[in-house]
Amino acid sequence: MLLIPCPWCGKRPENEFRHAGQAHIARPADPSAVTDEAWAEFLYMRANTKGRLAERWRHLHGCGRFFNAIRDSVTDRIAATYKPNDPPPA
Amino acid sequence: MPPGLTSTFSLATLIRRAFSGTWDAQWRSPDPKPAYDVIIVGAGGHGLATAYYLASEHGVRSVAVLDKGWLGGGNTGRNTTIIRSNYLWDESAAIYEHSVKLWETLSRELNYNVMYSPRGVMMLAHTVHDVQVFKRHVHANRLQGIDNEWLSPGKARVFCPPLNISPDLRYPVLGAALQRRGGIARHDAVAWGYARAASALGVDIIQNCEVTGIARAPSGEVTGVQTTRGPIAAGRIGVVAAGHTSVVMDMAGVRMPLESFPLQALVSEPVKPVMPCVVMSNTVHAYISQSDKGELVIGAGTDVYTSYSQAGGLHIASHTLDAICELFPTFRRLRMLRNWGGIVDCTPDRSPIIGKTPVPGLFVNCGWGTGGFKATPGSGHVFAATIARDEPHPIAAPFSLDRFRTGRLIDEAAAAAVSH
Repeated sequence: MLLIPCPWCGKRPENEFRHAGQAHIARPADPSAVTDEAWAEFLYMRANTKGRLAERWRHLHGCGRFFNAIRDSVTDRIAATYKPNDPPPA
Repeated sequence: MPPGLTSTFSLATLIRRAFSGTWDAQWRSPDPKPAYDVIIVGAGGHGLATAYYLASEHGVRSVAVLDKGWLGGGNTGRNTTIIRSNYLWDESAAIYEHSVKLWETLSRELNYNVMYSPRGVMMLAHTVHDVQVFKRHVHANRLQGIDNEWLSPGKARVFCPPLNISPDLRYPVLGAALQRRGGIARHDAVAWGYARAASALGVDIIQNCEVTGIARAPSGEVTGVQTTRGPIAAGRIGVVAAGHTSVVMDMAGVRMPLESFPLQALVSEPVKPVMPCVVMSNTVHAYISQSDKGELVIGAGTDVYTSYSQAGGLHIASHTLDAICELFPTFRRLRMLRNWGGIVDCTPDRSPIIGKTPVPGLFVNCGWGTGGFKATPGSGHVFAATIARDEPHPIAAPFSLDRFRTGRLIDEAAAAAVSH
């Protein structure tokens, strides 16, 4: 079980959280204007990175808020967590 | 029996070998040649089956199967070996039933005992929603000509005596869907049997050879791969890399609708025959059968986050054991011997992707998620036809990568309400 540092609540066990997929995917501002390819890209295509990735979590059984994490998908180590509108740390 | 084999297995050869004490290598381990007609990336069951059918049915014998590790060392060697075909949608039922039919004659075709055992797969319903969904499956399967029947809790217990059908359970058994032709097979033997038969037909199986790049001509089509054992040329490449498919496809600049998750399994200490069939419960996440060695083979659910760690959290496995202990109280004193994880590649609609890609000459067979083992023969069979003819096999056609653009999904996730 991962120990996940919520930016608001601090370190909490993984089962307080919901994983919410790849971070920083922006919904097209005008869906009716984008091509089918671009819509499929937004809906379904994912980096599925092996290594350092940015992902969303929600502290469901805690503060309830979404945040982002930088995690290595080989070691599962979390390098950093940050609030939704912050840029990913270098 | 496949052509090209220099020795075959029979009772007489087994007895003779038992006394002579030596066994021949069952497949060649050649160095890679500079070029092949087809390269298959990934020597798991699906990749080896693809190579075998390319050679045996399509006369394409200049084939290399490359693997970064040893053959059958990924999900082929890590799954719980459940075989069934009672899926909801016609497209899914067609491919899984195609596979079950191949399972039924596979040992004879390969001259290799894959220990296919159609002992029945029983899927438990614990809620009103489960009952409605499973009955819908039963009716759909009957229309598709696929056996699937509804059992009352009492009949489920007759079919599987250790099952606890007490109404006092937290998730009581309200009934079950039974596919009698479903069952299990010996996972390693499937990889070994296909490897042996493919090798005899001239397929080169090259282990410890990691693909590090995909070479393309200026006009876009593939020309070969770079590997840790040097470049290898080929005009057609089939990627069958399971959890690592996104990584390999990225080498050709193709983004995939896949996410890779750890999926765990574990086995108990071996005991005498106690579990006559396969029991699955998607609702409480318990999958259990007994191997011929006597171990109870138990499957858990996936972890919630994407990972390539081949491990998974302990709480996921213990959640499954909680369910097993409640459904099968007699198993409570058993100790678990081993647990492990595999990396499964899941699509948004929980159906596989089999077919062509935007890159000419590049084919992909992936997205089998948590249930790929059952499809091994059928998947290899239709993928080989797709590569050989450069057009999708009719059974594979609905599973195109393009369906995520057109929206014509095959939504087995919604059909069963869970991954499977």
